[in-house]
Amino acid sequence: MTSKLEMPLKKLAAKLFPLLLLCLSQPVTAALTIEITEGVDSALPIAVVPFDTSKVTVKFPLDLAEIVSSDLNRSGVLKVLNRADNPESPHYSNQVQYSRWRNASQDYLVVGRVLEKSAGVYTIEFQLLDVLKQKQLIGRSMTAKKRDLRSRAHQISDFIYEEITGTRGAFNTRIAYVRAQPNAARKYVLQVADTDGFNAQNVLESDEPIMSPSWSPDGKSLAYVSFESSRPEIFIQHLATARRTKVSGFSGLNSAPSWSPDGNYLALVLSKDGSPDIYTLNTRTKRLKRLTEHRSIDTEPVWNNDGNSIIFTSDRSGTPQLYEVSVNGGKPKRITFEGRYNTAANLSPDGRYIAMVHGDRGQYKIAQLDRQTGNLIVLTDSTLDESPSFSPNGKMLLYASTAGNNGLLYAVAIDGRAKHKLSDQAGDIREPVWGPFESK
Amino acid sequence: MKPTQILKTWMLAGVVAVFISACATTQEEIGVQDGAPVDGQSTDGGSMTDGSMSSGGAEATGLAGSDGGDGTAIVDSMPLTATEMLAEPEGDLASRTIYFEYDSAKLTSESIAILETHGNFIAGNGEVRVRLEGHADERGSREYNIALGDRRAQSVRRVLLFQGASTDQVETVSYGEENPAVSGHDEDAWSKNRRVELIYTVN
Repeated sequence: MTSKLEMPLKKLAAKLFPLLLLCLSQPVTAALTIEITEGVDSALPIAVVPFDTSKVTVKFPLDLAEIVSSDLNRSGVLKVLNRADNPESPHYSNQVQYSRWRNASQDYLVVGRVLEKSAGVYTIEFQLLDVLKQKQLIGRSMTAKKRDLRSRAHQISDFIYEEITGTRGAFNTRIAYVRAQPNAARKYVLQVADTDGFNAQNVLESDEPIMSPSWSPDGKSLAYVSFESSRPEIFIQHLATARRTKVSGFSGLNSAPSWSPDGNYLALVLSKDGSPDIYTLNTRTKRLKRLTEHRSIDTEPVWNNDGNSIIFTSDRSGTPQLYEVSVNGGKPKRITFEGRYNTAANLSPDGRYIAMVHGDRGQYKIAQLDRQTGNLIVLTDSTLDESPSFSPNGKMLLYASTAGNNGLLYAVAIDGRAKHKLSDQAGDIREPVWGPFESK
Repeated sequence: MKPTQILKTWMLAGVVAVFISACATTQEEIGVQDGAPVDGQSTDGGSMTDGSMSSGGAEATGLAGSDGGDGTAIVDSMPLTATEMLAEPEGDLASRTIYFEYDSAKLTSESIAILETHGNFIAGNGEVRVRLEGHADERGSREYNIALGDRRAQSVRRVLLFQGASTDQVETVSYGEENPAVSGHDEDAWSKNRRVELIYTVN
C-alpha cells in the first residue's frame, strides 16, 4: 500500500465511523519518553553492560541494556552507572574483572548476550553479579520473538529488581490512560502502553470524551466511560479482541467504574435516582445494588482488597472527603479529616495506604494516608495533580499533572521519592491507571 | 417496567416535593378540562367545536393550561413559533448559560429568574426539547467534577420541571471538566467553565 492511498482511506474511515475500536495488535509510533526529574542519593549503584548482539545475523532491533537501565533508574532504589563510565564491556561472567567494577563503586553488575535461535527467534541470556562477593546472583535464558523483545527486557528488570530488593518487580506490566488530541480528527484516544511509556497501542478512538479506564483484575479487559452517544455510558472491552459490551446506560450519570478484586462486580456511580450515588453491578447477572443514598455527591468508588467494602468520595460533610461503606450498604464511615479536599482514592496492593488528590489552599497534590498510623504525607509538589494509581507491587504511584495546556504523566517512587515524567509533546494525557501483574 | 420504576424512585427521592405538587396541579387542570363537556352534556357534538374534547386538543390544552395558570397567554396572543422565540437575540431565553460558584450547584436568584422563563417556555411548547450540559472547572478530580456537573444540571432541571416542563422534554448530561468553555488556569477561566448550558432542539 502506498501512503497516498492510505491517507484518504483513513480520512474516509474517520468520517464514517466516529468511533474506532481497536484490538491490541499494531503499536502506535508515538511513544512516551521518560525524564527523571528527581534522583535519589541513597539508591544502590548498579552497572548494566550493553548486551552482545554480534552473533545475530540481521541487526538486532533493540538496546536491551538501555531498556533495563531506564527501568531500574525509575525504581528510585537503584542507580545505573552512566554507560560511558563502564570500565570494560564483558558479556559473560567469566570475562568480568571485578576489581575494575569495585573501583567504579558499583555493587551490582549485569552482563548479557543475544543469540539467534532461528530466523526471527532470539535467545536472551543475562547474569546479575554481586561485585563485592564476586559471584552470580541470578542467570537466566529466555527466548523471544521480535515483538516480545521489549517485554523480555522488562522481565529482566523484574528479575534484577526482585533479587536485589526482595519485592516483585512491576516493570513488565502495562498502564492505560486517555490521550486528548485537541487538533486531531479523533480527539480522544484510550491507550495501553508499557510502564516505560513505549509500545503504546490504541484501544478506542472517539470524537467524544473517554474517561475513567479501569483494569479488570486479570488484566485482560478495561472498563471505561465513553460519551460516544453524547452522554456518559460505561463499557467493558476485552483488549485482545476489541469485543465490548455496554454495561450501564441509565439516564443521568454513568461513571467511575471500578472492578471488584474477584472480577465479578463493577462499582459505579449513577444519578438515575437523583444525585450521584454508589452502586455495584454484578457483571454476569446485571443485578444492580445501591450502596449509598444521599443528596450529596458520592463518587470514585474503589474496592478494599478483601472485596467487603468500598472507599469513595462524598461531599456530604460540606467538602469532598473519603468514606468507606460495606458492600452490603449501611452507614458510611468517614476516613479523611485533614484538609478541605480529599478525592480520587487508590489503594496500595497491601491495603495499608490510600493515595488521593489532596487539595490545600487552592493546590491539588497527591498525598498518601497510612491507615495504620493515620499519617497523611504529601508526595508531590505541583498544583494540579490528579488520578493517583499504585503499581501492582505498591512501590510506585502513577499520576497526571497539568502543566500549561497539557496533562503529563508522572510516576513517583514511594521509597525515596524519585520522580519521573512520562511525557509526549502530542496531546493532553490524563487518567493513568496501572494494570495488574501478568497472570503467570 | 423500568421507566416506571425509575420514575417511582425519582418521585420517592422527593428531590423537590413541590415538583410533585406541580405535576398534580397540571393533572387536575387536565381533569377539569376533561370534565368540561360533562357540564354541557345535554348539548350535542356542537359543544366540541372548541376542540377541548379531542385527544389532540387535550394534549395541547394540558400544556397551555399550565401556562394559562401563569397568566401569560402565550398561545393566544403570540404568533411566534418556538423556533422563532429561541432565535430572539434579546431577553431571558437568549441567556442559555448558567454559572456557578466553586464546588457548588446552587443557583443564584438571577439564574433562577432566567430559568423560570425557560421553564415557562418549555412548558408552553411541547415540541421543544432541552439538553442541559453540566460542566466544572479543571481543579480537583475528574470524577468528582463530572458528578458536580451532573448536580449542576440537576439543579437547573428542577427549576424547569417546577415551571411545568415535562420530564420527557428535559435531558441532562454532565461533561465534568472535559469540555471547558475557556482554556486557562486562573479564576477568570474557571468561573466561565463552571456552568450549565441549555441546548434546545425543536421537534
